[in-house]
Amino acid sequence: MNHWIILPIVLPAVLAPFIIMVLRHHLDLQRIFSIAGTLALVAVTLGLMGSALGGDIQVYELGDWPAPFGIVLVLDRLSAMMIVLTALLGLAVLLHAIGSGWDKRGWHFHALFQFQLMGIMGAFLTGDAFNLFVFFEVLLIASYGLMIHGGGAVRLQAGVQYVGYNLLGSTMFLFALGILYNVTGTLNMADLAVRVADFPAQDTALLRIGAILLLLVFAIKAAVLPLHFWLPASYANAPAPVAALFAIMTKVGAYAILRMYTLVFGPDVAASAGLVTPWLMPAAVLTLAVGMIGILGSRQLARMVAFAAIGSMGTLLIAISMFTPEATTAALYYIIHSTFATALLFLIVDLVTERRGDQLKVNMPMPQSGLIACLFFAGAIAMAGMPPLSGFVGKLLVMNASWDSPLVLLIWATILVTSFIAIVGLARAGSILFWKPFDATLTLEAPEPSKPAILSFVACFALLAMLIALTVFAGPVLDYVGATSEQLFATQDYIDAVLNRDIP
Amino acid sequence: MEVLVATAVGVLTAGGIYLVLRQHTFPVILGLALLSYAVNVFLFATGRLAFNLPPIYSDGAVSYTDPLPQALVLTAIVISFGMTAVVVMIALSAYLSAKDDRIDMTPDAGDGA
Repeated sequence: MNHWIILPIVLPAVLAPFIIMVLRHHLDLQRIFSIAGTLALVAVTLGLMGSALGGDIQVYELGDWPAPFGIVLVLDRLSAMMIVLTALLGLAVLLHAIGSGWDKRGWHFHALFQFQLMGIMGAFLTGDAFNLFVFFEVLLIASYGLMIHGGGAVRLQAGVQYVGYNLLGSTMFLFALGILYNVTGTLNMADLAVRVADFPAQDTALLRIGAILLLLVFAIKAAVLPLHFWLPASYANAPAPVAALFAIMTKVGAYAILRMYTLVFGPDVAASAGLVTPWLMPAAVLTLAVGMIGILGSRQLARMVAFAAIGSMGTLLIAISMFTPEATTAALYYIIHSTFATALLFLIVDLVTERRGDQLKVNMPMPQSGLIACLFFAGAIAMAGMPPLSGFVGKLLVMNASWDSPLVLLIWATILVTSFIAIVGLARAGSILFWKPFDATLTLEAPEPSKPAILSFVACFALLAMLIALTVFAGPVLDYVGATSEQLFATQDYIDAVLNRDIP
Repeated sequence: MEVLVATAVGVLTAGGIYLVLRQHTFPVILGLALLSYAVNVFLFATGRLAFNLPPIYSDGAVSYTDPLPQALVLTAIVISFGMTAVVVMIALSAYLSAKDDRIDMTPDAGDGA
């Protein structure tokens, strides 16, 4: 058994209490340990990705209990990719939070941050549905703390909404798991897959209810219309680095949909046939449309980026909801792109907001305006899906994969038109922020500009470099995600690996 | 027995949903608590209802009840208890800083209106 698999969960889980209990009053030490921990996480996850590269599905049995009885962690290409993505994003966000001083505006930022990473890593690695719920709760409870970090009446009110909504989601998750356990008698994903595949066709009513409830829970997390309305208020009012980290949280929902609805309720499974795609696809198209129109309608910068995040989730879910290997390849490429692009835009929003306030209106010019304008330009190009950055490649892949879908015309039209709307919206925001001649009688509403935070710019440029690398090395990345989606649809290999069957 | 448990889950859920849709945070939190009670009872019942049966091995037992839902319920109780505590604290500090416990955010939220 490869014990490294559990390290991405254990490392932050140990580091976070250590930061709270030992380094409580030493911000510098907290920063050092937090960065060191996240760097180690990057190294470990890259190593794990290296070991998953060959295509072996590695299983870690906790307490050495064999699979359907104990909890398992499973490392395959998909989970390896997602944990690497999380670690890289975490590092960039952490650098920004330190550079911009967000981590000293409240208590326990670094500890909560590590707990958040632990929950996300766990959700990506686990092979047990109830354990997935537990890790969802871990990442949520840490996100509640991070969301209201820094305080303030509006942020706290947005926090109450966010917490209430997610508690409802958790309750629904438990109902879904209860139903699934009742009808199948197991919660291990591989075992669930076996039992659902053999399910007698005449009693699928409860099973289908469970599958749909589970889909709704993941759709809440992934901010699919009409369950998206928690996202703009939460992301716009959360501290910007936290919002950037939340870019991966919507992807947790997308990952869970991808995992459960290929492995357990796959497209070929009779018991749940025709259950997911007919609902998810139109919802995803609507999500994309509403997100991009929201960009045009927003009067606050952070809100605009929150809508951009919704729009990119829409594109992602269009690709996911087709459930073909080709479309999944496109979706996996787009997951990487969308995470980095959304996070980059949120970090830029923070740079701008710190200097001139959150409102999208003409204001005094700000320090380092040129540099930030360049970053915003690149980020907007990536988000809108224009060449030469990876958003273009991603959208092209999604559109190319939709040829065989019955809704191909709708998908093409929506993606193309919304891309145009996004370009207009982002261009409008950019020209207001950086170009418009300002009125000399206006006074700067923003707080005194502090000294330029070098680490923040490092974080932004690192994320931009990721996007550029994703574009330049699109070939190798596509090879990897192609192999990943192949592995994802070869569900028998996963089941055999987890349930410890000898491969014939 | 089944009818009693099913009715209890149904009534708790209905009451919870009604309260969650209220406009102030206090009833919403009560509603979330009711929903979490409902789901706990529901989870417990997913292992089938049985009388006087041991969940783990014991001498002379003729049959057993399913132990897994009981473990799941314990986890769920702990989590929902912790979450309720968190939401109470956040709602309380939101109320104290905004002087208003409405759940929706009006555009002028925060100016104490």
